[in-house]
Amino acid sequence: MENQNKSVLFGLYNDEEVLMSAIQQANEKHLDIMEVFTPFPVHGVDELLGFKESRLHIVGFIFGAIGCSFAFLFMTWVFTADWPIIFGGKPYFSAPAFIPITFELTVLFASIAMVVTFYAICGLWPGKVNPTLDDRITDDKFCIAFDANAHSEEELNAIKLFFSETNAEEVHTKDI
Amino acid sequence: MSSVVSPIRQPLVNGGKTYHQITEDICSPTERMPSTQWFIAFAVSIAFLGVFAFSVFWTVYWGIGSWNLNRTIGWSWDITNFVWWVGIGHAGTLISAILLLFRQKWRTGVNRAAEAMTIFAVICAGQYPLLHVGRIWLVFFIFPYPNTRGPLWVNFNSPLLWDVFAISTYLTVSLLFWYTGLVPDFATLRDRSKGIRRRIYNGLSFGWTGSAKHWQRWEALSLILAGLATPLVLSVHTIVSFDFATSVIPGWHTTIFPPYFVAGAIFSGFAMVQTLMIITRKVLKLQDYITLEHIESMNKVILVTGTIVGVAYLTELFNAWDSGYIYEQFAFYNRVLGPFYWSYIGMMTCNVLSPQIFWWKKMRRNIFVTFIMSLFVNVGMWFERFVIIATTLARDYLPSSWSYYTPTWVEIGLFVGTLGLFFTLFLLFTRVAPVVAIAEVKSILKTSGDQYSHEEH
Repeated sequence: MENQNKSVLFGLYNDEEVLMSAIQQANEKHLDIMEVFTPFPVHGVDELLGFKESRLHIVGFIFGAIGCSFAFLFMTWVFTADWPIIFGGKPYFSAPAFIPITFELTVLFASIAMVVTFYAICGLWPGKVNPTLDDRITDDKFCIAFDANAHSEEELNAIKLFFSETNAEEVHTKDI
Repeated sequence: MSSVVSPIRQPLVNGGKTYHQITEDICSPTERMPSTQWFIAFAVSIAFLGVFAFSVFWTVYWGIGSWNLNRTIGWSWDITNFVWWVGIGHAGTLISAILLLFRQKWRTGVNRAAEAMTIFAVICAGQYPLLHVGRIWLVFFIFPYPNTRGPLWVNFNSPLLWDVFAISTYLTVSLLFWYTGLVPDFATLRDRSKGIRRRIYNGLSFGWTGSAKHWQRWEALSLILAGLATPLVLSVHTIVSFDFATSVIPGWHTTIFPPYFVAGAIFSGFAMVQTLMIITRKVLKLQDYITLEHIESMNKVILVTGTIVGVAYLTELFNAWDSGYIYEQFAFYNRVLGPFYWSYIGMMTCNVLSPQIFWWKKMRRNIFVTFIMSLFVNVGMWFERFVIIATTLARDYLPSSWSYYTPTWVEIGLFVGTLGLFFTLFLLFTRVAPVVAIAEVKSILKTSGDQYSHEEH
């Protein structure tokens, strides 16, 4: 949706189950769906649209590992090399006492990295204005959108026919 | 696509709602003028916030000598309040993270407000250690940054420093988790409004569109954050208990502290959720979303955790007797029958005896009883921390340094002041954000709405 002056042909559905069967039919007819918008996460849509499983957890793992090793190695360096002090007769390298902070920083690094990555790959940030097709999509309408520029007149008619066959409540074209 | 739901499950959304009605019911409180009740509550909260500001000014200006701490009782109301607030915060994370992992659908009605409560409670908790350091303008010394004093590092072996990391991580992760849940709901508010309001909510919603791919990632993110927040919340109160358990004070130096503190935290947190939810659902007319079913579920958690806490109290007494160590035995004798015996009675009555009323289903589903009980538990859990902290320090190894402790007006002012801070933040939250997670409630409507569950039997 980054391009300027994009023409979008979209249909609105009233129910997620109608939406699901519509996506199934679109797949059977090999229609090229651009986007699906829903007011809440509908399970199964991702499979129908052929989305791969999100890889956010890999980001979480990498940054968790970085946070974990950073915290542990830093405390080790401070207490064995940079400024060794004996606390309560314990050895300089008192690994068990480093565990709580190591754990906290693991969680902190993983969480912050995943959240930042999530907003970055979704193209969402404070002040970002994404064109909305219809205000009711965040309320109670389920939307299937097609890129109207990428289709010929004939194909667009086929898509409109598909919308009426799958009981779309409304069909609109919008330039965004 | 409907998942299997047991017919004995009660509906979680009442009133035969449609998706649009859910949006309407939850968004509208933020769109109309606040009610008179809200203004009165806000005025009272602001007044208490003023008391807080004045007490903080007094403490910072005159130093913590304005508190009644003395040579042996170096910790008292301040740390009691700190632990009390942190404990209250735990219910929010428990509801949103642990119940998400356990796929408990009833969390959707209360998780948003409970998480908000977590964040505000942790903010209140943070005030006490910050003020107790005395010279608050030097508080940045607790962070291990390269400095010109050596560099002189902080003591990574100290549980007080672990606490700094635990509480700040907890606050950060809770904020991220809460805000990520809010983003789609801010988009719903945005799409209902015009002009400046629309621009503000667009900023807050980060330009959320509701694209299927975004939802898929959003769910993945929520699940992993819940997976991280679950051990985190357990670690936070474990580390808070380490503040005591790693010391060599009789009565504190016990291995039972971490699980006992975590159970107590969940117990007090759920009580505060009940207090807030019972008022919120009534004032904002959300009884169809925060149903008796939710209240009953939370009362069950209160019963279980209250009983765990009770078992911990008795285990402590048994272990002290069984240890054969006179200082340990004296510490517990003193806890029960010493000069602060009244706080022990308060703790036992409010935390162990009174929740037993929830064995009766009728009581679990009675709103008035639940509300009174939630206040009892809040009071009882405050007494618990006071019992652990003040009674132990007032009678240490050396009888010549024994003393008694009563708070000054500054300490009382700080405590009621944080209540003002907490309720001011919560009341503002109910004005600007949806107090029930709109998208999540919609996603359970088909399996837990009352009009759908009636069809099955």
